[in-house]
Amino acid sequence: MNPTRPLALAVALLVAGGTIAACGSDASSDGAASNGGGEAVTTTSPGGEDAALSIRDAWVKSAAVATTGGEDMSSTTAMTGDDATSTTAAMSGSDTAMMSAAFGVLVNDGDEDVVVVSAASDVSSKVELHETVESASGEMTMRQKEGGFVVPAHGELELQPGGNHLMFMALDKPILAGDEVKVTLTLDDGSTLEFTAVAKDYSGANEDYAEPEG
Amino acid sequence: MGGERITRTDGRAPSPWPGLSRRRLLAGGAVAGLGAALAVAGDAVVGRSEATDAVASVDLNGPRTEAFHGAHQAGIEMAPQAHQALIALDLLDGVGADGLRRMFRVVSDDAERMMRGVFALGDSEPEFAATPAGLTVTIGVGPEVVARTVGAAAGPSWLGPLPAFGIDELQDRWNGGDLLLQVASDDPTTVSHASRMLLKDLRSFAGVRWHQVGFRTAPGTLPAGGTMRNLLGQLDGTVNPRPGTEDFAGVVWHDGTGAPWLAGGTSIAVRRIEMLLDKWDRLDRSGREATIGRRLDDGAPLTGTAEHDEPDLEATTPVGFPVIAEFAHLRRARTDNPKERIFRRGYNYDLGARGDLVSDAGLIFTSFQADVDAQFVPIQARLDELDLLNEWTRPIGSAVFAILPGCQPGGFVGETLFA
Repeated sequence: MNPTRPLALAVALLVAGGTIAACGSDASSDGAASNGGGEAVTTTSPGGEDAALSIRDAWVKSAAVATTGGEDMSSTTAMTGDDATSTTAAMSGSDTAMMSAAFGVLVNDGDEDVVVVSAASDVSSKVELHETVESASGEMTMRQKEGGFVVPAHGELELQPGGNHLMFMALDKPILAGDEVKVTLTLDDGSTLEFTAVAKDYSGANEDYAEPEG
Repeated sequence: MGGERITRTDGRAPSPWPGLSRRRLLAGGAVAGLGAALAVAGDAVVGRSEATDAVASVDLNGPRTEAFHGAHQAGIEMAPQAHQALIALDLLDGVGADGLRRMFRVVSDDAERMMRGVFALGDSEPEFAATPAGLTVTIGVGPEVVARTVGAAAGPSWLGPLPAFGIDELQDRWNGGDLLLQVASDDPTTVSHASRMLLKDLRSFAGVRWHQVGFRTAPGTLPAGGTMRNLLGQLDGTVNPRPGTEDFAGVVWHDGTGAPWLAGGTSIAVRRIEMLLDKWDRLDRSGREATIGRRLDDGAPLTGTAEHDEPDLEATTPVGFPVIAEFAHLRRARTDNPKERIFRRGYNYDLGARGDLVSDAGLIFTSFQADVDAQFVPIQARLDELDLLNEWTRPIGSAVFAILPGCQPGGFVGETLFA
């Protein structure tokens, strides 16, 4: 199971309000893994052998944009109501880069641990592997996961709001609900896992990523 | 009767198993000697453990699933679940064909997952998904969805508001809509959560227009497959095609003529019918039975002995009046035209007391038919013209949707709108 503490995170969110650097409270942490049932979206192994790593239940948080000239205005309408908060959060920070995050359950069927060292996507020029940790001041903050994501042999690693996740640091365009986003994970042996994550509107996972301080 | 009535003065709820627990308790001599106060506590404790054992021995209904994939959508050709929400939505301005395609994919994925007992992606309360209790999600569309995809001309002519009927007292808050979700399960908590999950995922595309929640008899209360009783006390839906038969298929499923995207789909007519129960209270039993043309206890026609007996519309009383009156609901709903048949799937609603009313309640009438104009409208027109039951019922909402065909694994409900 994932080592993050959803309860502590939820409390921290309540206390810190909109400035918390985290991905939102989430009651699904354990349930999401144990309920299972999803299938891997896509797996490829350039190495020729069967890939040990797969992913199930992959999804990405939709991210609206402030204006759009397209004729399909659903991205603009997503600005109304609850989504305004997430958009504001996504657009905040020192620059106006839009952010989002992808989640799912990484499954390792092999006898050896698998290490994910980097990620890429067709919608974001920069994707980072993030973990959520409690800082010395008690705030939940996100930071790059040192050494990458380790998926234990015959085990799973859950990527979830408020925990480990794939952080889309600079979206090239909005991600609309129902969009299918391509993601590629690179492992430490150089092999890759490609999958598709469907975009969903989600009120949590409000990114307010701050550049790592010295 | 009066002798069984217990008036409690100690504020304690009566034990559901008073005889059993008392006997159990007295059998333990040591406990019995501890006095009356302890006996009272013991009574409650024994009662509770009996209840727990009884529940554990029943096969759980929570994990039961219905298939999502198939030629037709789920939620129609089946025995209705105990609880249902019907939710109509209006598309947001500017949501075009591309947006609708994304919307249908998301809703289909949510429905497929939740129906097999797996949480929808991004569900913040995934635990609810483990108890689908026969959950079905059924998706329908109004003319606006057709106009924004295949084009307005591609819609069946019946897709739109029903003709105005004289008995209608429609309130716009219960009328129409661009999109329909029918969410049904034997568990009301499941209906609530599944509805909420779907509506969260629809926020970028559509806003809720109306939301009607209804109920039928709980599973296990009566033998399965029986006719439901509406809140007027009548068996409601006696004459209904039987799911799984060719007859049902002929009445319900659209063959795609004139609207290829609808092949394997159907239509739903939704009528919110307020029942004037406080007024109905003033009518005696014989008057109630004459109104419907059936007996209230077993639903038999007044000329028969069992619910499914064919009524004899020619039979007369000794003084020459028809046994089944000219104004009786049964007579007015019937026709010799075999085309004019529908499949009913009604749910009761009860909003509780309101002001001086003891009951603000009624029926969420729904019927499925391949062609609304050819099958439903003629029946409704006859009932509009004459039906004594109209004295105690009042249509306050009305809507028609096309129910989309089903889909196969890898596809999505609504895909035929983008072919």
